[in-house]
Amino acid sequence: MSQLALVIDLNVCVGCHACVTSCKEWNSSGWAGPLPDENPYGADPSGVFFNRVQTYEVGCFPHTETIHFPKSCLHCEDPPCVPVCPTGASYKRADNGIVLVDYDKCIGCKYCAWACPYGAREIDAQNKVMKKCTLCVDRVTDQSLPESERKPACVLACPTSARIFGDIHDPDSAASVAIREQGGYQLQPEWGTQPANHYLPRRRSLMQIHEDELIRADNPLRKEEVEMPIEQGDTLDDVAW
Amino acid sequence: MHPAFSVIFLTTLIGIGQGLFLALFTGQVYALGNLIPVQASQGFYAVGSLLSLLFLLLGLVASVFHLGRPERAWRAVTQWRTSWLSREVIVLPLFMLLVFLYGVVHYLGWTAPLFLVAGTLPVDLSLIIGLLASIAAFALFVCTAMIYASLKFLQEWYTPLTVLNYTLLGLASGFMFAAAFSAYIGVDLVSLFGTWAVVFTLLGAGSRGASLVRNRALRDKYGLRTAIGVRHPQMKQLSQGFMGGAFNTREFFHGRTPGALRLIRWFFLLAVFPIPVALIAAGYGLQSPSLPIAAFALQYLGLIAERWYFFAEARHPQNIYYQSMA
Repeated sequence: MSQLALVIDLNVCVGCHACVTSCKEWNSSGWAGPLPDENPYGADPSGVFFNRVQTYEVGCFPHTETIHFPKSCLHCEDPPCVPVCPTGASYKRADNGIVLVDYDKCIGCKYCAWACPYGAREIDAQNKVMKKCTLCVDRVTDQSLPESERKPACVLACPTSARIFGDIHDPDSAASVAIREQGGYQLQPEWGTQPANHYLPRRRSLMQIHEDELIRADNPLRKEEVEMPIEQGDTLDDVAW
Repeated sequence: MHPAFSVIFLTTLIGIGQGLFLALFTGQVYALGNLIPVQASQGFYAVGSLLSLLFLLLGLVASVFHLGRPERAWRAVTQWRTSWLSREVIVLPLFMLLVFLYGVVHYLGWTAPLFLVAGTLPVDLSLIIGLLASIAAFALFVCTAMIYASLKFLQEWYTPLTVLNYTLLGLASGFMFAAAFSAYIGVDLVSLFGTWAVVFTLLGAGSRGASLVRNRALRDKYGLRTAIGVRHPQMKQLSQGFMGGAFNTREFFHGRTPGALRLIRWFFLLAVFPIPVALIAAGYGLQSPSLPIAAFALQYLGLIAERWYFFAEARHPQNIYYQSMA
């Protein structure tokens, strides 16, 4: 069984919110829509989003780092929101592991939102049903789209390619490789929900320069160390071709 | 969590209904054992059942306001294998039906013994239905409380004390109402129901107090560290990602000051436990018919505050992500 998921690279995310707007655009008009806004131009706007980008500051000035943190449904492998649903509207697809809400069965009791430790679900106050990230199930399963476009809207929108989409049960998928090789981790693993979405940690890019890289080891004339009586000019090695 | 009055009224009102029915049935069992005089079927049991049914119905009406799509509520009976909410949706109407039948049997006077158990215990229809309804009443307490007690990351609720509190406080308010009802119609059962109401109130004080002490000691062990997966002792949120409101900022925050919370806690601690007990005791001493009614009314007001506090004191882990707007 496959488990589709996102792997989000916090080292790459620049916090531009392109995924947020792209998600809102696609899902306002797609299968999961609408995502109504209330009072959008008023003093206290509110609305449904499947994806948000938050910003955190780590450390004390001047040693601070800014972390942009995209947050959406994690499509848990053991989703606590599914068994609590009294109507069966909240379900996890058997074929690809996406957690979805059947909007025709949902009674809007909000119990699933209470049961999600990540706050991934938001009620649609106009249609009175619970809504959540669908992992763009209507895109990723659409055989009429070219293969390269069968990805969630947020992934296609990301200008820095901070979001990797793939099947984390397939050990050779780009998502699985990234998790395995770049320290992918889950959010709040203490609750045992087994989130399918993973995050790649912030990493500091350091260049390691060893001394033998600055001084030529194979240097029988010891050119750098010998004081020459007159200026030698460029050698063949110093000329850029 | 943001306390929803629909759920507050649902849980407190059906608690009274369940407790009241159990009080009526307790009265019948006492009468069966010749511990108290047998009551008139129509006047006492039928009217009592009707009142119990009324409380359950009011609770049911309150619960409808919690739903976005109440017209689809019938679907909620389908997931009883996994969802405590679904189980409650099944048990509540079942219990109401049994209470209705119990009232009807008493109203029509179908209380002739059907058979004798061990040659001494006459069993009639009302006793059988009453026993079934009593089982349903306790099952309903468990279902209602387990809706909250089964959410393991809502640590304030994830304890057997939640089930105990719902049961004991429901019993206390129901027996309190039975005492008030007996006092109002002038039946000589005020001291029986009053005594049980006091017992359940005191037991409830013990278990609710224990849960308050337990919840005070709870700590968020991980916080931001596992929420965003960064290990650093100094982290803070700069932006939650939007400037306006959202479901996440409304549903999971009670939005009251710690002072207001403290006030509400003290109000319910006084109004649910010591004052009704004192009123019942005074009513017993003075033989006053109005004091048990006052005791019930005050305890119910206190229970609304208690349920409000129950929701407000639960700190949902998603709140970690919504600590700073910008």
